[in-house]
Amino acid sequence: MNLTTDQNERPLVDVRHLKQYFNINVGALRTKPLKAVDDISFSIRRGETLGLVGESGCGKTTAGRSILHLYQPTAGEVEFDGKLIRTKDDIRELRKKATMVFQDPYSSLNPRMTVSDIIGEPLDIHRMYSNKKERMDRILELMDRVGLNSEHASRYAHEFSGGQRQRIGIARALALRPEFIVCDEPVSALDVSIQAQVINMFVELQEQMGLTYLFIAHDILVVRHISDRIAVMYLGKMVELADSGVIYDQPLHPYTKSLMSSVPQPDPKVARANKRIVLSGDIPSPLNAPSGCPFRTRCQYATEACAESMPEFREVEPGHFVACHRVNEL
Amino acid sequence: MNKKFTMHVDVDAFLPATDEEKEYMVQMRPSSTFFKDGIKRLLKNKVATVSLIVIIVITLSSLIIPIFWPYSYDEMLGVKPGKRVDASYNNLAPFEYGKTELKRIEAGEKIFPHVFGTDSSGRDYFIRVVYGTRISLAVGFFASIIVLIIGMTVGSVAGYFGGWVDIIIMRIVDMIYSLPDMLMVILLASVLKVTLGKAIEGTSLVKIGTNIISLFIVFALLYWVSMSRLIRGQILSLREQEYVLASQAAGAKGGWVIRKHLLPNCISVVIISTALQIPNAIFTESFLSFLGLGVNAPMPSLGSLASDALNGLSSYPHRLVIPAIVISLIVLSLNLFGDGLRDAFDPKLRS
Repeated sequence: MNLTTDQNERPLVDVRHLKQYFNINVGALRTKPLKAVDDISFSIRRGETLGLVGESGCGKTTAGRSILHLYQPTAGEVEFDGKLIRTKDDIRELRKKATMVFQDPYSSLNPRMTVSDIIGEPLDIHRMYSNKKERMDRILELMDRVGLNSEHASRYAHEFSGGQRQRIGIARALALRPEFIVCDEPVSALDVSIQAQVINMFVELQEQMGLTYLFIAHDILVVRHISDRIAVMYLGKMVELADSGVIYDQPLHPYTKSLMSSVPQPDPKVARANKRIVLSGDIPSPLNAPSGCPFRTRCQYATEACAESMPEFREVEPGHFVACHRVNEL
Repeated sequence: MNKKFTMHVDVDAFLPATDEEKEYMVQMRPSSTFFKDGIKRLLKNKVATVSLIVIIVITLSSLIIPIFWPYSYDEMLGVKPGKRVDASYNNLAPFEYGKTELKRIEAGEKIFPHVFGTDSSGRDYFIRVVYGTRISLAVGFFASIIVLIIGMTVGSVAGYFGGWVDIIIMRIVDMIYSLPDMLMVILLASVLKVTLGKAIEGTSLVKIGTNIISLFIVFALLYWVSMSRLIRGQILSLREQEYVLASQAAGAKGGWVIRKHLLPNCISVVIISTALQIPNAIFTESFLSFLGLGVNAPMPSLGSLASDALNGLSSYPHRLVIPAIVISLIVLSLNLFGDGLRDAFDPKLRS
C-alpha cells in the first residue's frame, strides 16, 4: 500500500463509540439519562456524502451536533482529519473546518441582522479579513456562489422565501471554507420544487469545493439521490450502514427493510409487486428503551436472544454493516 | 336566430414585454427595519405622541430656562450684603414685587416678574420649580440607566449560561425581591448619607450631595431585579433559537452570542421597561425628598418643594399645587409614552 492510497483511505471524520445522554428530570431531584445517541461508530471518507436516515426522535440531529461538539459528548471519541478532538483548542480548530446547515430556514437566521452580517458572522468571529472591503468582497463572492443577488446583501432575512433563506444559511456555512458540513435536514422544510434546486446546489458545491457531507434526512429518496453511503438509525443506535445502492436494493436489517418498502415507487407494476412491511406500534421512548436490541419490540423476527443482548454492529459483507442477531438467518 | 360564436383576441395584449416595461414593473423598495416600523406605529398613536411632546417640552425647558432667567434657585432676593434683611420679598404671591423692586418700577425700570411668587426665604419660586424638575428628571433618567445596565448584564448572564449560575443569581434576585423596598430605600438612604459624607469629602461629588448619590446607589442595589428577571426570561426562550446554535457552530463564545444575537432580539422589551422605569424612579425620588431623604438644601427637587410647601398650606396653596402638577405631568406622560412604546414595539402584546 503506497502513501497516496493511504491518504485516500484515511477517513476525514471517524466517530467511535459516540454516546450522548441528556439528564432529564423525573420527579423532584431525580434525573434519568435520556440516551439520544447510544454508542454509534462510523467513518466518513474525504469527499464522500454519508446519508443518515431514521424516523423523528431517533437521534439523527443529536448525532450530527455531537460530532461537531456542539454538545459535549457523554462518551466516545471523534477524530477529524486524523486528529482526535479533545481540548477546547481542538474544538476551536474544528469550528473552522466543520460546520452545519440547519433544518429550519426561518429560525436559523437572526431576524435583526442583514444578510451580509449573517453570512459574514463566521468571518467576524474568526477575524478572517484585514479590512472591510475584503470582508464585503468575500460575502458577495459567497452570495454569488449560492445564487443570491448582490443587491440582497443589505436586506433582512424576513424579506426572503424559504429557499432563498436556506441559500443564505448555506453561504454562511461556506464562509470559513470548511471541509466538512453536517446538513441537518436542510431541505425538509422546503417545497419539493425548491428541494431539487437546493440539493443540486449541494452536489455542485461538493464538486467545486471538494466538500464532505453528513446528510441527515428522513426522506429516503432525497438521501439516496445525494449519498454515496447511507446509515440507518433507530432509537439512538445505528442499525445498518452500506453503500446507498446496496442499502436500497438489499437491505439486511428488518427495520431497514420496512423503511425501504415504504418508499413510493413510480412504476405501478413494481409498486404492486412490492409488499409493504408495516410496523406495528410506535417507536419506544428513549427514556425507557427496551433491553437488548432496541428494535425487538416491533420486529417480527425477534427472539429471546434479542431481548438479552444488543447485537454487535458488524461487517457482514465488505462495507455493509448491520446490527442484528438473526441477520444470517433472514 | 343563429348567432355566430366569435372570439376576438387582441393580439397586442399578448406581446412580450419590452425591457422598459419590465423595468417599470420591478419595484425595489428600501427595506423597512424593525425600528422604522415601530416608530411609524408609535407616531400613529396620538396619546403617545402627545406624551412625547410634553416630555420633550418639559425636559428642554428645564435645561434652557435657567440660562436666561434673571434669578437663581438659591438667591434670597431680600438679602443684600451689608443691608438689613428685606422681609417684603418673602412669601410673595405670583406676579407681586418686593419693596425695592416697586420703587425701581416707579422710576421707570422694567423688572422681570416673579411668575410663581417667592418662597418663605424670598427665593424666586418659578426657577426653583424648574431646577426641581431638572433634578427629578436627571435622577429618573440616570437611575433607569443604572438599573438597565445592571439588570441587562445580570439577566443575560443568568439566562444564557443557565445551570448553577442561573440558580444562584435568581435566588439572590428573589431575596431582594422579597424585601419591602420602601423600607430598604429609607434605611439605605439614611445609612449611606452618613458613610458617604466622609468618603466623598474634598471631591467634586460634594456639590451633588450625598443624598443624590445614595439615591443612585439605592436604585442600583434594589431596582435592577425586575429588569434582570425580565431579560432572563427573554433570553431563556431566545437561546433555543437555531441562529444561536449556528453562531456557536461558527465558533462564537458566550459574550458574542449575547451581544450579537440575544440582546438585539429583546431590545424592544428593554426599551419599554426602561421607559416605564423612569417615572417609577422619579416618583421614588420625590417621595424620598418629601420625607427629607432626598436632595440637599438649597438644591430643590419637586418632592422637597412639595414638602416645604406643607408648612404654609392654607396661606400659599399654589406652592404645593405647582410641583404636584409637574410631578403628575411628568409621571403620567412618561407612563403613557411607555405604554405607547410597548404597543408599537412588542408585537406579541398587540391584539
